[in-house]
Amino acid sequence: MSALSQALWVLLLGSLLGLELIGKVPPTLHTPLMSGANAISGITVLASLTLIQKAGDNQALLLIGALSLGFALYNVVGGFLITDRMLAMFRRKGDN
Amino acid sequence: MSTEFLTDGIDLVAVLLLGLGIKGLSKVRSARGANQLAAVAMGLAVLGLLIQIRPGPMAWLWIAAGTAAGGLAGVITALKVPMTAMPEVVALFNGCGGLASLLVAVGVALFDSEGADMVALVSIAISVFVGAITFSGSIVAMAKLQGWLSTPAWTQSSLRHVVNISLAVAALVGAVLLPGDPSGLPLWLLVISSSLLGVGVTLPIGGADMPVVISLLNSYSGVAAAAAGFVVGSQLLIVAGAMVGAAGLILTQVMCTAMNRSLLSVLFGGALGASALAGGGGSGGETGYSRITSCSPEECAMALEQAERVVFVPGYGLAVAQAQHALRELAKLLENHGVEVSYAIHPVAGRMPGHMNVLLAEADVPYEQLLEMDTINPEFPRTDVVIVLGANDVVNPDAKSDPTSPLYGMPVLEVDQARQVFVVKRSLGAGYSGISNALFERPQTAMVFGDAKAVLTGLLSELRSMGVGKVKVGV
Repeated sequence: MSALSQALWVLLLGSLLGLELIGKVPPTLHTPLMSGANAISGITVLASLTLIQKAGDNQALLLIGALSLGFALYNVVGGFLITDRMLAMFRRKGDN
Repeated sequence: MSTEFLTDGIDLVAVLLLGLGIKGLSKVRSARGANQLAAVAMGLAVLGLLIQIRPGPMAWLWIAAGTAAGGLAGVITALKVPMTAMPEVVALFNGCGGLASLLVAVGVALFDSEGADMVALVSIAISVFVGAITFSGSIVAMAKLQGWLSTPAWTQSSLRHVVNISLAVAALVGAVLLPGDPSGLPLWLLVISSSLLGVGVTLPIGGADMPVVISLLNSYSGVAAAAAGFVVGSQLLIVAGAMVGAAGLILTQVMCTAMNRSLLSVLFGGALGASALAGGGGSGGETGYSRITSCSPEECAMALEQAERVVFVPGYGLAVAQAQHALRELAKLLENHGVEVSYAIHPVAGRMPGHMNVLLAEADVPYEQLLEMDTINPEFPRTDVVIVLGANDVVNPDAKSDPTSPLYGMPVLEVDQARQVFVVKRSLGAGYSGISNALFERPQTAMVFGDAKAVLTGLLSELRSMGVGKVKVGV
């Protein structure tokens, strides 16, 4: 199997999985779920890291990579933390 | 070989945990753990990649710089921002994720496109296109939610379709020409026209529909990440991006259903109620109402003192006034007086579905007292007093009875069934959607004008001076 068709299979199966993962969501959770999924979409950090690695001595590319890493991590770190902050409030009585 | 085995294993575990994380986030019981699980998965994915690529000293320097800046800013934003600003913050984070994918693709196109095959070039074009739309669209959504941007009149005419189609064509031209000259003019044409397109499609959409747009843009940022995965050849990135993209699409659909809107009308229909605004009325104007009864907090307090069953309907106005704690105090006082208190939560109360639950939970309102629409609606006929706090469209009876109303068909809280309704509102100005509310003119309705927090504090002191909540002596 070529690298391309393998990647396309991964894309297809990943999409199907995503469609199946969320069925019914109580409205209470719409906001936290959106925010959590948003944090996961910051996984583009992996692309930023790869870009920095590939940049070698190219300072301009290193800068672009580091910028991209910063923005992606802002999304990831901020997204997970704020989701946790929201969900921490959903504890029931006596859950402490 | 063994390193490859190790990193592949880490990748597989990371994907599994990310999937379980997304799944767990859709159940109240498991949501918090699931979010933490997804965070761990993300850490694993980064660790696996670092083991695999073994960055040199120069790369480590730049990685440290990017990590410190982004991570620190993320922590500060997440911990400092008030819960009322949640929709804007999600939009901001999302925009930054899109920008990151855009930057990766632009970086590769500018400096690393020699010998890139057609797949890589197409991936770059897609990543730039989707990343730019996600970025500029999210920033516009944030600015509109913050009130920094309004909805310009031209965006409500069909002119916007002409503008947006032209931008889309320009982006397509850039994308088609990109493989011939990856680092030249076509790239910039693609970047600029895609960014403008993101603005053009988001700007016409009204505030009430913005949560749906943010959710959709969130789905796009997954797609942008998957495209970036093709650019740098990372399968983990492809699968995670695809998962978020697809799950985001489902969530968008679920949210549309909760708001009784179709995705197509959100995207292409313009701002809800904009035509009603143009036809007279005007935002903030007091025209259109003829039979309004208003009353003082004192009269309202007297009704509460007599009531056996009280329902609060909190809305965005409550959140803006930061009055959730005062509301909780009032509810406690009434409970001590023997009144049965509950809160009616419309699916889109607050500024995003589920937002009001977060705000009330922050004020320590017991989870059990928050009743969803389907549970509370049959209860209104046996409710003595309903207090509507800064909510408007979600209690508009026209949504059920007037087929000409733009809200017609939207599920609403049927507060007009209750014996007495007090609407706490700053003025008679139109709601989020700009539509007048027939509830305000109903005979059992009285308006209590004022800021939600000031009115609630007034009610508290009135009730206390009546002796409510104190232990009854004698009599």
